[in-house]
Amino acid sequence: MSAFLEALIAPWEYDFWRRALLVALMSGVVCGVIGSHVVLRGMAFIGDAVAHSVFPGIAVAFVLGLDLVLGGAVAGVVTALLIAVFTQNRRLKEDSVIGIFFAASFGLGIVILSTAPGYGGSLESFLFGSILGISDSDVLSVAVIGAAVLLCTGVFNSRFVATTLDREQARAVGLPVFGLDVALHVMVTLAIVISLQAVGNVLVLALLVTPAAAARLLTDRLGVMMLLAPLIGAGGSVLGLYLSYAFDLAAGGLIVLTLTAVFLLCWFFAPRHGLLTRPRRTAPATAAPAPAAVAEEMS
Amino acid sequence: MSDPVLDIAGATVLLGGREVLSDVDFRLRQGELVGLIGPNGAGKTTLLRTALGLVPVHRGSVVVGGRAPRQAQGALGYVPQRHEFAWDFPITVEGAVATGRTHLTGLLRRRTARDRDAVTGALDRVGMADLRTRPVGELSGGQRQRVLVARALALRPRVLLLDEPFTGIDAPTQELLSTLLTDLRDEGVAVLMTTHDLAAATSLCSRLCLLNRVVVADGEPAALADTDIWLRTFGLDRAGQLLKALGVTG
Repeated sequence: MSAFLEALIAPWEYDFWRRALLVALMSGVVCGVIGSHVVLRGMAFIGDAVAHSVFPGIAVAFVLGLDLVLGGAVAGVVTALLIAVFTQNRRLKEDSVIGIFFAASFGLGIVILSTAPGYGGSLESFLFGSILGISDSDVLSVAVIGAAVLLCTGVFNSRFVATTLDREQARAVGLPVFGLDVALHVMVTLAIVISLQAVGNVLVLALLVTPAAAARLLTDRLGVMMLLAPLIGAGGSVLGLYLSYAFDLAAGGLIVLTLTAVFLLCWFFAPRHGLLTRPRRTAPATAAPAPAAVAEEMS
Repeated sequence: MSDPVLDIAGATVLLGGREVLSDVDFRLRQGELVGLIGPNGAGKTTLLRTALGLVPVHRGSVVVGGRAPRQAQGALGYVPQRHEFAWDFPITVEGAVATGRTHLTGLLRRRTARDRDAVTGALDRVGMADLRTRPVGELSGGQRQRVLVARALALRPRVLLLDEPFTGIDAPTQELLSTLLTDLRDEGVAVLMTTHDLAAATSLCSRLCLLNRVVVADGEPAALADTDIWLRTFGLDRAGQLLKALGVTG
């Protein structure tokens, strides 16, 4: 038992591990909360696009020696706005517009980064994360931006819900649908930017989508989902880091694999919705509406 | 006669450059229950969306309770077709109905007692009070339609616009909706619904408006017993069956 406790405490004795664990924890929470909206709205592809589009901003910041988080945030927000504006043209579907912009910005990022000497190593740390190379100021940026995103989610939550449920009705009662879309895109961007150092550009989508998707399988209530998703996200990230410490394997990859394992467990064993646990009959397990159900089957 | 609470005058609406509504005059007064009839693509939904201010009029005007539609949102309740709603969203019946009032709640405020009363009252009226905690994904088609109606009623609107409320619902819901719409009419709400169910429309509505890009006819059901009107609205193929069903031709 004491050996287990020791193993639990061991990484906290190193400064860089402490920073890594803190950032993993915070990224997991923020991505879980905002990821719930991403999953429910079916905008995972937008998340992917934003993840790629922050790349040129980070590259520019890296080459010029500026704050990486800030650089990424600016580039991500600009791309999110460009996508929002270009999708107003009904001739092009949203996914095409997204595809164009995220490939373009990724290309731009690589070109910019190639101007820096010895860019191979930094490219790898952008793509796959460098959670053990996080500085104190990075931890602070993550905390501040993360808190801001959570606060905004709290303020706008019911409006996001109304818009996701029924855009037509939301427009009809005068909710600013376009503005809310932009706000959500910007918040997704910020969640991604603060998580990039933990898992890297390629894998960050997992932090956004996997915990929220797992949580969706566990509950039919948004409030519960938005508590479970950050719990899974933070728990999975920290567990992944521990595994990385214990076996000396890639941290980003292990975080994502841990989250995926949780998702698969939920897929198979979730109460009511799990593959192995759901009730045999597909009809809703209801008590009252027998006459209505019968009448509808007959009509 | 009282002033119309919804007044559409000479409205022409373009969608993608095509004229979907052409010089449409339509008035709706308090205490009226009007059916909007026409074939697919006749512009029925567009007319509702025009009244809501969701599509701009190219020519003509839309006035709701003396104001432009975008300024009169509190007065308008809208029940869109069921497929507009994300039924897989993890939300209860009560939560879904409450979203009808989201725009009234300040960003930093919680729901008030008034909001809760409005939601409870709306759920009672559609007979969904005992299913209030059920996830919307588990509801039948008829129950879903009731949720959408309750969401509109939670606003306590003066004008209620319904898009195909009778399509694909069970008999008890059809009956409940008919009674509810009649009650609302008697309480002074102006009700306008599109429908394909001509029999229901003739028996329920005090007035029918036949639309096919233009208003072909507008009057009491009994006054529309002219074959020509139905021919012009629906074209030759369908009109014969429709007229027989309505008993217009013997």
